[in-house]
Amino acid sequence: MLSHKTVRWIPLILLLLMWAFFSRVNQTFHLFNPILLPSPTDVFVELWNLFKTGKLVDHIQASLIRVILGFLLGAGLGLFSGLLAGAFRPVQDMVEPIVELLRPIPPLALLPMMVLWFGIAETSKVIFIGYTSFFPVFITTMEGIKNVDPLLIRAALTLGASRKDLFWKVMIPASFPQIITGLRLSIGLSFFVIVAAEFVAADRGLGFLINDGRNFFLMPQMMGAAIVIGILGYSINTLVKKMERRLLQWREDQ
Amino acid sequence: MNTPKIRIDRVEKTFSLNGHSSKVIDDFSIDISHSEFVSLLGPSGCGKSTLLNMVAGFFLPTTGQISMDGHQVQSPSVERGVVFQQFALFPWLTCLENVSFGLRFQSLPAKEILDRARVHLDLVGLLSHEKKFPNQLSGGMKQRLAIARALAPSPSVLLMDEPFGSLDAQTRETMQDELLRIQKMVPKTILFVTHSVSEAVYLADRIVVMTASPGTIKEVISVDIPRPRDRYSNVFAQLSSQIEKILREEVKKVSNA
Repeated sequence: MLSHKTVRWIPLILLLLMWAFFSRVNQTFHLFNPILLPSPTDVFVELWNLFKTGKLVDHIQASLIRVILGFLLGAGLGLFSGLLAGAFRPVQDMVEPIVELLRPIPPLALLPMMVLWFGIAETSKVIFIGYTSFFPVFITTMEGIKNVDPLLIRAALTLGASRKDLFWKVMIPASFPQIITGLRLSIGLSFFVIVAAEFVAADRGLGFLINDGRNFFLMPQMMGAAIVIGILGYSINTLVKKMERRLLQWREDQ
Repeated sequence: MNTPKIRIDRVEKTFSLNGHSSKVIDDFSIDISHSEFVSLLGPSGCGKSTLLNMVAGFFLPTTGQISMDGHQVQSPSVERGVVFQQFALFPWLTCLENVSFGLRFQSLPAKEILDRARVHLDLVGLLSHEKKFPNQLSGGMKQRLAIARALAPSPSVLLMDEPFGSLDAQTRETMQDELLRIQKMVPKTILFVTHSVSEAVYLADRIVVMTASPGTIKEVISVDIPRPRDRYSNVFAQLSSQIEKILREEVKKVSNA
């Protein structure tokens, strides 16, 4: 019998084979312009060349640094204000309407403005990522703190906890699962939007690679960059999930 | 003279919701003495949990007063440990950490906290499970952990709100014996809410039978059966059926209303 791990690879390999097959058929019979569908080997050769010259690492690094800085900024602010809004009703009453009005606006709609405000360099990209990753963390943190089981609070009070103890030793750990969910959503969103941010006036980054590929009709470069983004996103998600499982082992049954 | 451990003095509680007010407790007075085991028995919705919550200090009576050792109860305190029906354990803490939770707020050296937590885990027979999380425990073990946690800061009063209500019959009887054993080792004044007649007769020194809404005292019955009590003896059965009868009138009143 095949193990689960082996089975998971089969569809992926089939997909690559089909892609290779169609691109070969197209190159032979010219169903449409062959440039539009390079073969998987073309893409990997292109990636390998980019890697060899050190350019790929450079682009990945540029994107990662923007994502991480923006995420730290946005998630940090989201966590801080979410905790405040969850713990103090007046803060929630003041902050929530603003958040609820801004939230439905796709962050991308604000990107051009941010470029005008903060320039075309790194600042606007980091702030843009920060803005995007603020919302999930803010909302899950606030809801998490607000929805802490009142019975746990009562139990802590009878055990001698002060208001301060309640906040640090009951409310925060109790809402940890929600907070972590928010952080995971945020980092995912950051990867979603970084590409768009790098379409606008960037000379490095995976988004730039794609945009640059479009300008010069470099199909393998566009596809290669997209694949790298996929792999990066997947790896980070796996990493976060592993951390989550470690931190929240008390949630697992039996 | 001797002040009672707990005095509930002409307590009345009215809740109002959407301009609609309803009286849950009316004219309730009782004195509970040191190390006494008192059971509050009544049909569901008679306000027995409300009363217990007021003794705990979660909220105040509308009129009347509750005091402990002569001091008015105004807020929750480490002097009154509470055991909840839904356990209310901290799921992110291990058994040992759950029991140490209350000890960490008293300025004790770390070693002492650990020792005292272990003593109480041992008392409820959970010492070998100290590293487990609550989710890894059975219902009976969870409630034992909750009892250990409530006892650890050494309260003189233990308030128990249908603590064994969610356990199966077998576990329930074991837990009742456990509680009596613990009560013998570390004597506490216990106020125990239940709707099970046999549980009240098995455990309590006195049983307070309550009327249905608003909850008042219908009758206070002293249980003079010597311990250890036999659930299958004649005296036990007689007293149980006598209380059952009183209770049934109240249940009928609720269903006819």
